[in-house]
Amino acid sequence: MELLLAVVAGVLYAAGLYLMLRRRLAQRIIGLSLLSNRSNILILSAAGVTRAKPPLITEGLPLEQFADPVPQSLILTAIVIGFGVLAFALVLAHRVHQSTGSDDIDTIGPDRA
Amino acid sequence: MLLALPILLPLLTAIVLHLLPQRSRLLRLVAFAGSLLVLGTAASIFARVQQAGILVLQVGSWPAPFGITLVADLFSALMIAMVSVIGVAVTGSSFAGVDPRREALGYHSLIQVVLMGVAGAFLTGDIFNLYVWFEVLLIGSFVLMSLHRTRAQLRAAFTYVGLNLLASAFLLTAIGLLYGQAGTLNLADLARAWPGRRTPGLDAALSMLFLTAFGIKAGLFPLFFWLPASYHTPPAAVGALLAGLLTKVGVYAMIRVFTLLFPDPHASVYRVLLVLSAITMVVGLIGALAQRDFRRVLSFNLVGHIGFTTIGLALWSPAALGGSILYVLHHMLVISTLFLVSGLFLRQRRTTDLNALGGLYRSQPAVACLALIPLLSLAGVPPLSGFVAKVGVITPMLGGGQYLLAAVALCVSLLTVLSMARLWEEAFWKPAPVASSASALHSRLALPILAPIVFLVGLTLALTVFAGPVSSVTMRAAGQLLDRNTYIRAILGEEVPRAAR
Repeated sequence: MELLLAVVAGVLYAAGLYLMLRRRLAQRIIGLSLLSNRSNILILSAAGVTRAKPPLITEGLPLEQFADPVPQSLILTAIVIGFGVLAFALVLAHRVHQSTGSDDIDTIGPDRA
Repeated sequence: MLLALPILLPLLTAIVLHLLPQRSRLLRLVAFAGSLLVLGTAASIFARVQQAGILVLQVGSWPAPFGITLVADLFSALMIAMVSVIGVAVTGSSFAGVDPRREALGYHSLIQVVLMGVAGAFLTGDIFNLYVWFEVLLIGSFVLMSLHRTRAQLRAAFTYVGLNLLASAFLLTAIGLLYGQAGTLNLADLARAWPGRRTPGLDAALSMLFLTAFGIKAGLFPLFFWLPASYHTPPAAVGALLAGLLTKVGVYAMIRVFTLLFPDPHASVYRVLLVLSAITMVVGLIGALAQRDFRRVLSFNLVGHIGFTTIGLALWSPAALGGSILYVLHHMLVISTLFLVSGLFLRQRRTTDLNALGGLYRSQPAVACLALIPLLSLAGVPPLSGFVAKVGVITPMLGGGQYLLAAVALCVSLLTVLSMARLWEEAFWKPAPVASSASALHSRLALPILAPIVFLVGLTLALTVFAGPVSSVTMRAAGQLLDRNTYIRAILGEEVPRAAR
């Protein structure tokens, strides 16, 4: 399972970086969301995947019987932050498109103010 | 409780600013008062840390490795003090007038949000919490950057957002891998547990990931291109806020994380950092010489001088690190001042293009002389604070036999003198271009726009006069940073360190 998740994270990473290098804003935003999702998968697999075990510790049982809740809470936080940032980036891209009629970063404007 | 105040006060101010009736005079007063309160808190934190050593607050009374810890050692306290100073100057500068559209969109509370995020990043003792504060200050700065209409500004905002989010993704990756190995997120606990468990390959990968993430935020050599592409577009006060604080958060996080987690001074990452710092200085200053816009020259100078602030970490000696901390303090003050100075040009000429500037010395010699002080200080002309800070960085290089590096640093200083002299000559001294001479005299610069600049220049002069005491404080801060066991004991209690080095 870890191996599969690692491969998925790697593929998402490559795809995300490729899209980040594109000139069109929409593609960049998709790349951004792929990158943030990849980070979440990576945290999950790096911290060790546990199958069908509860995160609540019962006294007397060895700790291997339980899932680690910390990576899940990290991922939850990262998802929330990523969602907010993604929403902001979408609105910004929409503004760019509204005011310039284009979503190609090179046609938006001259480099100097 | 004291430690939480630099975070809670700006948050409260931001909320209050939303609830108040939206009259600009009231909003400006409240924001300014909030910043003054933070300044007072920062001063008392600094006094307490100087007296009693490292201050620790376990948020919600959760014991150390489980809850979130707020820590202030001397380095954090100094940085918090600088944040509050720049906060006061930036909120104070809003009395000179803010674009009403920006004010209606929450300009004042966004500034408070950025200040809160920066203070949180400086105070936290938990690496995931550090990532969260980075996001908080980034979101605040994103919105501040994108309250614009012009194409260049939108383009700058998008570049800024994209690159900074990439840096955050790298940081999150590094944190995830670190947690997978060490099983903890508390910086002190990591410093205790991690060096015993590390494997060389993963160690190198993690240190490079952290270097990339913080390097993008700080503006190190191959990663700085977002900075000059975006910092010249927002209004002067926002530029001062971002330029003074955000890159320094990257530098701070780099110094904090590397001194705690990678305590091996012979690790290859420090050689990489050394080379990158040197290249950053040279490339930044050469870039500055090629520019024809006041704020773009400043942006490239900002990048170039980041090299001075990271080189102390790369050299890994108390003296070099102390010199770099002094450099960070000086640089925060001076760069913010100069961005506020660019506001004078925006006010008078509506541009910061050097071709359209000039003649200010003739019409207002006092203002021109006032602006000369931070320019000379950035260049490192004795006896100003830049000179003191450069001595602090370069002397340890000579002592450590790094003659080539010292030569590079000195050449870069010379280039800075050149770049600053040209700025002053073009912006103030040369006769006003004919086209704008009619409009040049239409407004004399009033007190509200000058007061924050006078305030910051006064502090630069104070840093010059009290260079001795300040540099002894930064040396002690560096000593604290390199003495990991004291930090670990302050947070985790008197337990014997698991991996004492």
